[in-house]
Amino acid sequence: MADTPFESVVTEHGRHVLTLCMAMLGSDEAEDAWSETFLAALRAWPDLPDDLDPRAWLTVVARRKCLDLLRARARRAVPTDRQPEVGVPGPEPGDEGVWAHVAVLPTKQRQVVTYRYLGGLSYAQIATLTGGTEAAARRAAADGLKTLRAKEIR
Amino acid sequence: MSEGMAADLPQIDDERMARLHGRLVERAARSADLDVAYRVIDSPLGRLVLAATPRGLVRVGFADVEGEERVLAEVAREVSPKVLRSPGRLDKAAQQVEEYLAGRRSGFEIALDLSLLGGFRGEVVTALPRIPYGSTASYGELAAIVERPRAVRAVGTACATNPLPLLLPCHRVVRADGSPGRYRGGDSAKVALLEMESRGGSAADR
Repeated sequence: MADTPFESVVTEHGRHVLTLCMAMLGSDEAEDAWSETFLAALRAWPDLPDDLDPRAWLTVVARRKCLDLLRARARRAVPTDRQPEVGVPGPEPGDEGVWAHVAVLPTKQRQVVTYRYLGGLSYAQIATLTGGTEAAARRAAADGLKTLRAKEIR
Repeated sequence: MSEGMAADLPQIDDERMARLHGRLVERAARSADLDVAYRVIDSPLGRLVLAATPRGLVRVGFADVEGEERVLAEVAREVSPKVLRSPGRLDKAAQQVEEYLAGRRSGFEIALDLSLLGGFRGEVVTALPRIPYGSTASYGELAAIVERPRAVRAVGTACATNPLPLLLPCHRVVRADGSPGRYRGGDSAKVALLEMESRGGSAADR
């Protein structure tokens, strides 16, 4: 990416990444994940191949940074003898609205719905990120949307 | 469905993005990952791009003539693509350029990074400040100053591709017949600068 000033990446994809992080983490920690994502991206930027799709790549980096923060959150949690909390935030009232419900979908569905509707990625791109086939990604998205519909979110 | 989902996206305002951007710049600078900081200023010569590395000012571009994106792409390619907009890091340069163009300053006290200059081109443009404020030299005279009297054409090329115009005053180099000649920021900008310097006035009131 030797010809592309990193500033243009922040300008074009900054909001997209923040929206992704908000869907995975909630509003406050999302900013930490955003910073971690773009700092890591800045460091890697000069060595990335020119044909890379920056949006898809940032989506992967952001997801990894969010998972790091979720794991750290789980480690901080007070240990009890009960089943540990799953490391994703539950639905909460406020700005997040539908995305808080997306956050508690099963992993595969959550990833696909997030990549598809927040990330704007094609099912082919999603399949390369999550593994599996394009058709499987399409099915997972449909299942996720059905769950949301059942909750009368849409 | 997708339309409805998109409509539910949480609103992210410009202020929030600006705050995150500022935080990224600070963190990148602290960890030595900010190779080039830049800002764009308005001036009597149109919009100017000022770009600096931690070593000093590395490129001054005429945004309206050269194109902001092309200047930044050149910096990305030739210096580093780790480029972020960071107005605060260029306060001193912006202030001195503004003072100069207002006729309130005749020289600059700013560190320069000459990494866009190599070999003979570097020799030529770093000799430019030896032409005093308010006077001019011909391309041939500049060739003599750098002790390569026959390299007039190469001197012309070096001036034409000067990465730090205004600070390294290539506008003071004129044709042998005294006419101003070409300029990276546009021929009329060169005329304006020469007129400003000759009367110690401002580049704005021509």
